[in-house]
Amino acid sequence: MAQMDDAVDVVVVGAGPAGIAAALTLARAGKEVVVLERGEFVGAKNVFGGAIYTQPTAELYPDFWETAPVERYNAEHRFCMMTPDSAVTMGYKSQQHMEAPHYNSFTVQRAKWDRWCAEQAEAAGAFIVTSTTVRDLLWDGTRIAGVKTEQEDFPAKVTIIGDGVNSLLTEKAGLRTRIPKPSEVALGVKEVIALDEQVINDRFNCENGSGVIYTMMGDVFDGLVAMGFIYTNKDSVVVGLGASLEDLQQRLVKPYDLLEIFKQHPVVRPLIAGGKMLEYSGHMIPEGGYHAMPQLFCDGAMVVGDAAMLVNNVHWEGTNLAMASGVFAAQTALQALENNDFSHFQLSLYEKLLKSSYVYQDLQTYRDILPTVEKYSNVFMGHYPNALNKLFDTFVSVDSVPKKEKMQAFVGDTLKARSPFHMALDALKVGLPIINS
Amino acid sequence: MSAQPQSTIEEKLFTVKYKPGPSSHLIPDQNDCQRCPTKACNFFCPANVYEWDARQQKTLVAYENCFECGACRLGCTYQSIEWFYPDDGHGVTFKLG
Repeated sequence: MAQMDDAVDVVVVGAGPAGIAAALTLARAGKEVVVLERGEFVGAKNVFGGAIYTQPTAELYPDFWETAPVERYNAEHRFCMMTPDSAVTMGYKSQQHMEAPHYNSFTVQRAKWDRWCAEQAEAAGAFIVTSTTVRDLLWDGTRIAGVKTEQEDFPAKVTIIGDGVNSLLTEKAGLRTRIPKPSEVALGVKEVIALDEQVINDRFNCENGSGVIYTMMGDVFDGLVAMGFIYTNKDSVVVGLGASLEDLQQRLVKPYDLLEIFKQHPVVRPLIAGGKMLEYSGHMIPEGGYHAMPQLFCDGAMVVGDAAMLVNNVHWEGTNLAMASGVFAAQTALQALENNDFSHFQLSLYEKLLKSSYVYQDLQTYRDILPTVEKYSNVFMGHYPNALNKLFDTFVSVDSVPKKEKMQAFVGDTLKARSPFHMALDALKVGLPIINS
Repeated sequence: MSAQPQSTIEEKLFTVKYKPGPSSHLIPDQNDCQRCPTKACNFFCPANVYEWDARQQKTLVAYENCFECGACRLGCTYQSIEWFYPDDGHGVTFKLG
């Protein structure tokens, strides 16, 4: 049994965006907080696309772009509906996103960025221990009373579980009755490819440190749909894709083969040509959303970030939800410490705070969209992008065939693939859950 | 898969920094491997850790290449891979991430 008198105020498992946000908030409030990170440095195990979002990040780290290791601010977001050998592209670029403080997002490299965030928490008084893998929980009756590492025990009044998408601790805590299904996670792989800064500016139409995000959805190969992405760093480009683990598992496809095929796509190929691969990486993305969330709190503990499945995959949001959850958990811990009450009644405040915020509300709004799009991904990410590409092909190609004939052929083919009745149902499938939420 | 790869999985993994632990942190249930019709882990693992050896009738585990992504834990046909994190400070290190 763990003793309360030698316990620290809060122990945080995992120095990701959620854990560090919690530690920073607690340290700023003068509390004793220890963060345990299994990587050899903070960020060593972390991978994302990716970009961090300015507004939610600045709430924790005001004016961070002045000093933090950011790569480029994103001035433009291009969306591509793709087939294996074509794409319809639409983009949004805004002067507003090009001027501080309106930067919408920045690309970062996690090894540098996460370490910088951890340094801010350390400067505020948090104690961060790396190369330390938490193996188990400490219990005081039915209350979680800290954690066990290979070397020693860390008794704590409050335990914040932020151990990521493979949250073994959430299972050990009894907060999750089943492990996520393959359909509830995506597997992402990517390469960071070195390119000269000026080459990137020229290829991506960038200036003065601006960057571009590409989001490409559709059929990558033989009906296997995926979400491809490209991000621009200062002098490297990230190219990657995420696919449902269930699809990869059932179709027996190697994600790195899919990545190679994606890199050969006519939109992607010239953007990365001649670049040198600096690093290949992969990570799982918890996309199950609302229906796959574990119970978020119990006596003595709360679950934050990816461990709580807090990802909105429709809008590519994760780190912002993670940071917000970390702050809410810290605020709850502060309340618990003040009242010297670590029961699940007291810690239920965490769920209330999440529910009153966009974090929980967005996941609730999208609760039935994510599974629907997932279930009918061949329709939403296969059929419609295909039809759109065919429409554009019909419109732009000049081949001495009468236009009426071509349009009739397009309409006929499209309706054969999916009747107006089915298309109306598709619209309802996506629309109704939003309207009803 | 038709396209000519620009880099092989071996070349990709060569860019990744590892400090492997002394023993595997991934332990498949070989009885399940033998009856597994697809050996799906041989395909979806992003680090090419698993390879079915037909002659030895067992799954070979190159745990040194593991990204600790957890896909095999969820995606194993029988969900019977014993899966834990490598010892303190061991395993993969993403230099960029």
